[in-house]
Amino acid sequence: MASKAASTENTAMSANQAPKLNYLNNGHSLKSWLLTTDHKRIAMLYLISVTTFFFIGGFFAMLIRLELLTPQGDLMQADTYNKVFTMHGMTMVFFFLIPVVPAVLGNFLVPLMIGAKDLAFPRINLLSWYLYIIAGTLFLHCMLIGGVDTGWTFYTPYSTVGSNTNVIEAGLAVFIAGFSSIFTGLNFIVTIHRMRAPGLTWDRLPLFIWANYATSLIMILGTPVVAITIVLVAVERLFHLGIFDPALGGDPLLFQHLFWFYSHPAVYIMILPSMGVVSELITCFSRKRIFGYKFIALSSIAIAVIGFLVWAHHMFVAGISLYAAMIFSFLTFFVGVPSAVKVFNWTATLYKSSITYATPMLYAFGFIGLFTIGGLTGLFLATLGIDVHVTDTYFVVAHFHYVMVGGVLMGFLGGMHFWWPKISGRMYPEGWARLSALLVFVGFNLTFFPQFILGYVGMPRRYWQYPPEFQVLNVLSTAGASVLAVGYLLPMIYFLWSLKYGPIASDNPWNAAGLEWKTTSPPPTFNFDETPVVTWEAYNYDEIPDVPLEAPVAR
Amino acid sequence: MVEQQHEVEGDLTVEHEHTTHSQGFYLAIGAALLVLTATTVAAAFVNLGPFNPVIALLIATIKATLVIIFFMHVKGASEKLTGAIVVSGFFFLAILIALSLADYMTRSWR
Repeated sequence: MASKAASTENTAMSANQAPKLNYLNNGHSLKSWLLTTDHKRIAMLYLISVTTFFFIGGFFAMLIRLELLTPQGDLMQADTYNKVFTMHGMTMVFFFLIPVVPAVLGNFLVPLMIGAKDLAFPRINLLSWYLYIIAGTLFLHCMLIGGVDTGWTFYTPYSTVGSNTNVIEAGLAVFIAGFSSIFTGLNFIVTIHRMRAPGLTWDRLPLFIWANYATSLIMILGTPVVAITIVLVAVERLFHLGIFDPALGGDPLLFQHLFWFYSHPAVYIMILPSMGVVSELITCFSRKRIFGYKFIALSSIAIAVIGFLVWAHHMFVAGISLYAAMIFSFLTFFVGVPSAVKVFNWTATLYKSSITYATPMLYAFGFIGLFTIGGLTGLFLATLGIDVHVTDTYFVVAHFHYVMVGGVLMGFLGGMHFWWPKISGRMYPEGWARLSALLVFVGFNLTFFPQFILGYVGMPRRYWQYPPEFQVLNVLSTAGASVLAVGYLLPMIYFLWSLKYGPIASDNPWNAAGLEWKTTSPPPTFNFDETPVVTWEAYNYDEIPDVPLEAPVAR
Repeated sequence: MVEQQHEVEGDLTVEHEHTTHSQGFYLAIGAALLVLTATTVAAAFVNLGPFNPVIALLIATIKATLVIIFFMHVKGASEKLTGAIVVSGFFFLAILIALSLADYMTRSWR
């Protein structure tokens, strides 16, 4: 390994002499990618893998929507439907939503934004990708030999004594993917503590860094709990030890407590990095210093901590005591506060600013609107009485898709468009990009808004059939899903197209603040030829008066 | 943060200040862990009623503490970050137990 490090060092030195050498053209062999320790290359490996899983999960989503186009169960049997929604949920949650922003944009940007040459542990970073790939392969294998039908939540006692599908293999895949995420979190925490550029104090850090820091805390503190919980499921299934099965003296609610102790904060693993992205986009495209920097930064930490105190709101009707239900209901309202702090500060930033409606900003606006709907319907669900009425209905499905898809995915796509010039060195076609942003927004609302109504009038989730009076809204939802699918395919096509045909991007096409824009596009292997020294506050847009160079239209 | 600019592929050249013990010391800790495991097994065969799990958990806690302090080099670690991570781990474990007990202790149907 020492000789390899030395040879990489040599290439880095020649990078200084030939400025056109960057992380993308620094070695073209497969080996130079598969054995890379460059955080930017690992981010690209992650980008390819999570996109693959996104389209696999999306395929299952389309199967669900096709089945629900008609009231009868005519496309598949009930058992198959159970497997399809389980595979959709597991793929999207564990193999797409959790890694997507931290492992792709976070991996690429954390060292760049803090002026470091790489993450603190480059080899652990590569290991995390390999663990993800091992877990993903195992999960694909599990999918091909028949899949799982427990729902993505592995609820006991069905998962330990009821289901005759491949629960253990799917559990093992999730277990391994968990370690991949722990490694990412560990790397970020150490890097952010130890490797910031001179002058980059905590109160000058970009808000994307704060968001990823808070995310990393949850990854490290929460993931081990779900890992051991899944091991306990496997142990009960294999050896019939009474842990969760009441017939063996166990307690099924113990599983739900342990599972949601991680899986509720996991929602914040997904959404926090996207919130970080939105903070960057809002301030850049409104050409104004972000309003309430400290409040946005600390609200990320507050979400990470309070997020651990609310998990049993998933269990209000499961049989927990009324006393515990009231405590958790009360605490759940608290987690709305830091989220609202962010939304209010973003809107305050927009007030009297000079806004450019470029594609990333369109996604940021989409995020704010959809996340607000998702978050506010979360307050409905935190209210005990209403939750009893809508538990396990499409109201819940619509709520969490507004947060997961309307929030996380909007943030991710906004970030991908914003940093694409830095990642690829090319510009994407602005017209197509704005069209796809519009398609995603319209398609998304058409898919999921009808589901709020469906749930409220009583359509339960996880059934393959439904009474005919629900059909109109279900047809709308399926039609929306088709529009949404086109909206997601378009960016993939034009991003690939732009790799070769897109106009060459300058180092800082948006005139954005932030260290990542002070190096070349794409950046050299070690990011900066000279370590930057930071003497300014974050988002000093009052000192960068120019509009974004690539501003697509008159404002 | 000025003190640490690194040359080689982002390698974190943190000085290893934590107290390193001799090989024999670690073997002794390893032996202690094995003895405690044997004690756990032996204790499981004695009927102490409700105290069986108490004893088992007590021994497990001692073992975990040995591992954290010595094998994971938490004792004598120069980084405040190490301590902070360990403390927050226990803090969040306490949250898990306390809030779960808020359910278990107040179930009317038990």
